[in-house]
Amino acid sequence: MRNIKIFSAVLAACAGVAQAEALRIDWLERQVTPPPVLSNMQAIPDDLGHVGAVLGLGDIATTGRFTGQDYEMSSTRIAPEDDFLPAARALLADGARVLIVKAPAEDLLALADLPEASGALIFNTAAPEDALRGTDCRANLLHTLPSHAMRADALAQFIVLKRWGKLALIAGTHPEDQGFAAALRNSLAKFGLKLGAEKTWAYDANMRRAAAAEVPLFTQDLPEHDLLLVADELGDFARYIAYNTWLPRPLAGSEGAQPVGWAGVVEQNGAAQLQNRFRELAGREMAPEDYAAWAAIAALGEAATRAGATDAEVLRAYLLSDKARIGGFLGRPLSFRDWNGQMRQPIPIVTERAVVALAPFEGFLHPGSELDTLGRDRPETTCTAFGDTR
Amino acid sequence: MIRALLLTTLLAGPALADEIWVTNEMDDTVSVIDAQTLEVIATYTTGERPRGVTFSRDFTRLYICASDSDAVQVMDPATGKILHELPSGEDPEQFVLAPDDRLLYIANEDDAITTVVDTQTRKLVAQIDVGVEPEGMGISPDGRLQVTTSETTNMAHWIDTETHKIVANSLVDPRPRHAEFSPDGRQLWVSSEIGGTVTIFDTETKAEIGKIGFALPNIRAEKLQPVGMVFSPDATRVFVALGPANHLAVVDAQSFEVERYILVGRRVWHMAISPDQTRLFTTNGVSGDVTVIDLASLEALKTIKVGRFPWGAAARPTP
Repeated sequence: MRNIKIFSAVLAACAGVAQAEALRIDWLERQVTPPPVLSNMQAIPDDLGHVGAVLGLGDIATTGRFTGQDYEMSSTRIAPEDDFLPAARALLADGARVLIVKAPAEDLLALADLPEASGALIFNTAAPEDALRGTDCRANLLHTLPSHAMRADALAQFIVLKRWGKLALIAGTHPEDQGFAAALRNSLAKFGLKLGAEKTWAYDANMRRAAAAEVPLFTQDLPEHDLLLVADELGDFARYIAYNTWLPRPLAGSEGAQPVGWAGVVEQNGAAQLQNRFRELAGREMAPEDYAAWAAIAALGEAATRAGATDAEVLRAYLLSDKARIGGFLGRPLSFRDWNGQMRQPIPIVTERAVVALAPFEGFLHPGSELDTLGRDRPETTCTAFGDTR
Repeated sequence: MIRALLLTTLLAGPALADEIWVTNEMDDTVSVIDAQTLEVIATYTTGERPRGVTFSRDFTRLYICASDSDAVQVMDPATGKILHELPSGEDPEQFVLAPDDRLLYIANEDDAITTVVDTQTRKLVAQIDVGVEPEGMGISPDGRLQVTTSETTNMAHWIDTETHKIVANSLVDPRPRHAEFSPDGRQLWVSSEIGGTVTIFDTETKAEIGKIGFALPNIRAEKLQPVGMVFSPDATRVFVALGPANHLAVVDAQSFEVERYILVGRRVWHMAISPDQTRLFTTNGVSGDVTVIDLASLEALKTIKVGRFPWGAAARPTP
């Protein structure tokens, strides 16, 4: 276990500001060995997520100078071969109450279920599973990474808008692929679209060499479609599908037009400033996990400033209230759903080089917030840990 | 003789009528609009990503925030030539010229700094640490107080121009974009883009004395994002640009009530009033045009195509 502490002990230099207790934030990361993919040209950065948190801390610490709030963040990373839970326990015993977590769903749940974690405030910045926002939701767990359902709903709205009525899907076999594919099926049904055909990608051939030969054959028996959906959340095979299909059709999903929480190409609504700050700090583009970590810290800063508190329960209550309006460079204020702890956020649909569109779209109406047309809405939620919020 | 006169007139170029100068953020140009004929009469090249724009008091110099060139450029409006650059600090987005016509207060968006530059000596006078992403820049008519708003810190920072120190910080709703003092200096108006509100402060006490919300039928509340603000010539009204709601709000400066809304182009940022005080010009970022509004009837008169992403606007009377 490595433990790095970053203290943003910026003194309240301005006269007359009440000196509050420092808010302690803990970055807790469960490191995993990523499964093999066909191309290793784009490695997953080691600091994925963490740099977003560091950037967010810098932002709120600057604000804290004027509001008299101090923040400190310590980072704990648990290596793949080490046990997660004892380390998490030790952290809680040491007094951690506000945790920004990058961990797979099962570790996240084990952490949230620890008796000493009750009353803590945990942010999930890396696990997209819908179950974490549904039947497996936890009252002490908020989510700043969009769920599979939110991303799939964003794409489905876009497809409706484009009137691309004929659809086909290729899904990988990893649980992440299957989770996203399931979300896509749900979203298509939700927005009145039909999936014409579906195939599973289970090839073990070397697609770096064989894509031009294999992919046309593999896609030849798909019925006529306007758009080919792909569920390949690990970035394994879908990159070899593009331009090799039997019919010349655009891709969407995990490749092509991708609904994401964030991407380096997002530039409107002042996002260019955030991207500049991030690039300067990280030397790379800001990814969805980085944004999720940044947003968790930004939300904490906003809650601490507006609620004038550092207590985890008070911060949680503020974030789940209708007072929370967090600037997130996506054109609309971010806030949290009080029925499952998921952050409301617009979803950009991006290519490698540009934002294609930003969901939700005009015409998808909602009595509360149109952002709630993305993901599980209050009436359909299976989450009960947040009490009866109906 | 006549020919010589004609030549002189031609050489004097576009400086024949009142003008509105507009920065085109994505074209790296300024468009010059004849305030009478409502035609674009000249387009000049600037540095990269020009945003904030303002004239010297005698209108012989145009200051331009060339954000991505990390410079404030000084242009001769008679020729459109860049004369020199001022040491602006990184990523200048918006600025305000002090009433003394000498000091320029510049928001350095990427550095969380307000930079003060002497436009005569072209030297840096001070750099003041402010919140994250400073943008809105206002200065009191007596020049004693400068206010910088920081978009991500959500504050208006009150800076004493004698000492160049922050004397007060006022928390406002999320993403404050613009700060405007009333012409009598007694009030400060701050627009919050994501908060969807305008907060009004008493300059003397720095206390909040009012907050304005906006509502338009058939437009989502989240799209009502106040940005630029300008007082009417008689100071009875404040025009508030509502960004992606594509409307201006006309606010009664006394009662703080919204009187009406005026439809303009898409994503309206900032405004300038013609020197004869009869017309208001808005920059519409997404539609790439400028809407002209008659100040007597409060009706839109015309839309003028300019460059890509018009952002800032400044007026110049007939020289």
